[in-house]
Amino acid sequence: MTTKSQALLNWIDERFPLTSTYKAHLAEYYAPKNFNFWYFFGSLALLVLVIQIVTGIFLVMHYKPDASLNAAGVPVAFASVEYIMRDVPGGWIIRYMHSTGASAFFIVVYMHMFRGLLYGSYRKPRELVWIFGALIFLCLMAEAFMGYLLPWGQMSFWGAQVIVNLFSAIPLIGPDLSVFIRGDYVVSDATLNRFFSFHVIAVPLVLLGLVAAHLVALHEVGSNNPDGVEIKKKKDANGIPLDGIPFHPYYTVKDIFGVAVFLIVFSAIIFFAPEGGGYFLEFNNFIPADPLKTPPHIAPVWYFTPFYSILRAVTSDFLIVLQAGVAAIWVWALLRAPALGKAIATAVAVIVIPGMFFIDAKFWGVVMMGAGVVVLAFLPWLDQSPVKSIRYKGALTKIAIAIFVVAFVILGYLGVLPPTPGRNLTAQICTVIYFLFFALMPIYSKLDKTKPEPERVTWK
Amino acid sequence: MKFLRTLALVAFAAPLASFASGPELHLDKAPVSFENKSLQNGAKLFVNYCLNCHGASYLRYNRLKDIGLSEDQIRDNLMFTADKVGEQMKVALQRDEAKQWFGVAPPDLTVIARARASEFGSGADWLYTYLRSFYQDEKRPTGWNNVVFENVGMPHVLWELQGQQVAHFAEKDDGHGNKTKHFEGFELVKPGKMDKAQFDQNVADLVSFIVWMGEPAQQTRKQIGFFVIAVLSLLAVVSFLLKKAYWKDVH
Repeated sequence: MTTKSQALLNWIDERFPLTSTYKAHLAEYYAPKNFNFWYFFGSLALLVLVIQIVTGIFLVMHYKPDASLNAAGVPVAFASVEYIMRDVPGGWIIRYMHSTGASAFFIVVYMHMFRGLLYGSYRKPRELVWIFGALIFLCLMAEAFMGYLLPWGQMSFWGAQVIVNLFSAIPLIGPDLSVFIRGDYVVSDATLNRFFSFHVIAVPLVLLGLVAAHLVALHEVGSNNPDGVEIKKKKDANGIPLDGIPFHPYYTVKDIFGVAVFLIVFSAIIFFAPEGGGYFLEFNNFIPADPLKTPPHIAPVWYFTPFYSILRAVTSDFLIVLQAGVAAIWVWALLRAPALGKAIATAVAVIVIPGMFFIDAKFWGVVMMGAGVVVLAFLPWLDQSPVKSIRYKGALTKIAIAIFVVAFVILGYLGVLPPTPGRNLTAQICTVIYFLFFALMPIYSKLDKTKPEPERVTWK
Repeated sequence: MKFLRTLALVAFAAPLASFASGPELHLDKAPVSFENKSLQNGAKLFVNYCLNCHGASYLRYNRLKDIGLSEDQIRDNLMFTADKVGEQMKVALQRDEAKQWFGVAPPDLTVIARARASEFGSGADWLYTYLRSFYQDEKRPTGWNNVVFENVGMPHVLWELQGQQVAHFAEKDDGHGNKTKHFEGFELVKPGKMDKAQFDQNVADLVSFIVWMGEPAQQTRKQIGFFVIAVLSLLAVVSFLLKKAYWKDVH
């Protein structure tokens, strides 16, 4: 480095921690050397976030959140999307990047979360990394849901109508709350404008803050790895982990390769199948929103369907199963849990068990759907295994995860289909499996016959 | 790793099954062609037979240059109600009046080919079958009905070309004692200006145009796509070699 540029760097460093930040997060952030395939998805999630923000900025320049009808009798919002697709130079590619990007975001994030589940990335000391991640997932769902209203097609409209109506199931405040959320008695121009505001400003701000917190927390404790052993336990004379390599350049070059492969798949969809067979852009959403015409079948986009299935599975005759479940956890807590756990379990049981006799099943469906997401945040304390990684866990955990994945995929599949009695029963069974996976984890993770963890990371 | 591979397989293979909703439809495969000759014939049919009631309001007339027409050709042959070639393809029909006449205002058709896709076939298949499935029905106010879209408000605008056909239905028992109407076939009672092969070809051209209109960029999109993927593949190879070079001292 020349003396002049060194002088400039010094000038900056005296006023802003440029060099130290660069070192702490890139050049001297030591990551385990044995990352495998699953570890690409973190950086890919960041890439997709950037794609969504950049394409979103350009879309906002041309999109109009206006539900009134234009001269041709088409809602202005719907027509403005088609204006982007036709009259804005390069508009179609920006729009497809954004609409496919939404699905890509969820694919990447689901893989990223599954990686955490496999290798115990949520375990001590990474509880906060995991909780920030769960909050990011929650934000992402809100972001996707509100963004989906903006094209103002039939599925946009009726999907929003169905989901906002769920809030009306909350006792006492529900009906007023749903009007408050919509800003009207039905989904309307008021709803479109506030969802637009939330989608482009409010939620992205929170999302970016959470992503920053997720990364800061991660870099504080260091990355986990497929062996689930702490590389910081074995350091050389200079205090550098023996199994660690600097994130830059090793993982930056590796992630560039990951990015290239991801972009090939992403481009294949954007350029050759942007509708994703009706899963990424639903066919019905090419019909402008019509408040007077309810579609025969309202299906959410694929990434919401597992949770939507849980919602639909909670029918009035299913409540008895939930009551039994809550009662079982209560009894278990009274026998085994510490004082705080006993108090919480008792409070929940006293409210929920009688509550299920008085309050509509729809409300408990909403509660279960929410619980399905929130329960993820408790994983760090539910997993009682002495080892972190699936590599050293025993058959019980492997079977549990396998059944869980199958149940989750079935729930997702059922969520795109119209309900029938047979499908509903299947969804109920899968809902029970979904929650049992978490509820029984303290038991099977302890009982499981684990293998000893290695001292150092391994190559597999 | 074997366990993970099995899991991944299950997770990816399961969602490949299809949707299922609504009554079952049997659609003919539409022979869509993006050749200029077909698209131009389709544009002519669209402007003459559809654009009187249905708008295509997201499409501008001068976009038809993409299918090989000059501005003068567009102005002289296809613009009946518009003055400027940059105008959108709108109709003069009043929506509230149209609603009184047909029971429902004719929808804008610009993206209809995308909206009509379903698990039974592409939007093109639906349109191709629909436009050929009108039959005479005295019970309907327009005198026409349709096998694909029962009790549709739209009359058979192409009757002059296709001729007039009647549909034959058979009563069938569904096994629970209910009688259901089962479509058996059409019979041409009065021939039109075209024979069946000619008519099918013209409808195919019209449908091709409607598919093109749904996304005028779709051909460009695919051409660019090959180029983008080729460049990205090169990037993947180079970045893989770069990674190998950097990682050679990591053991």
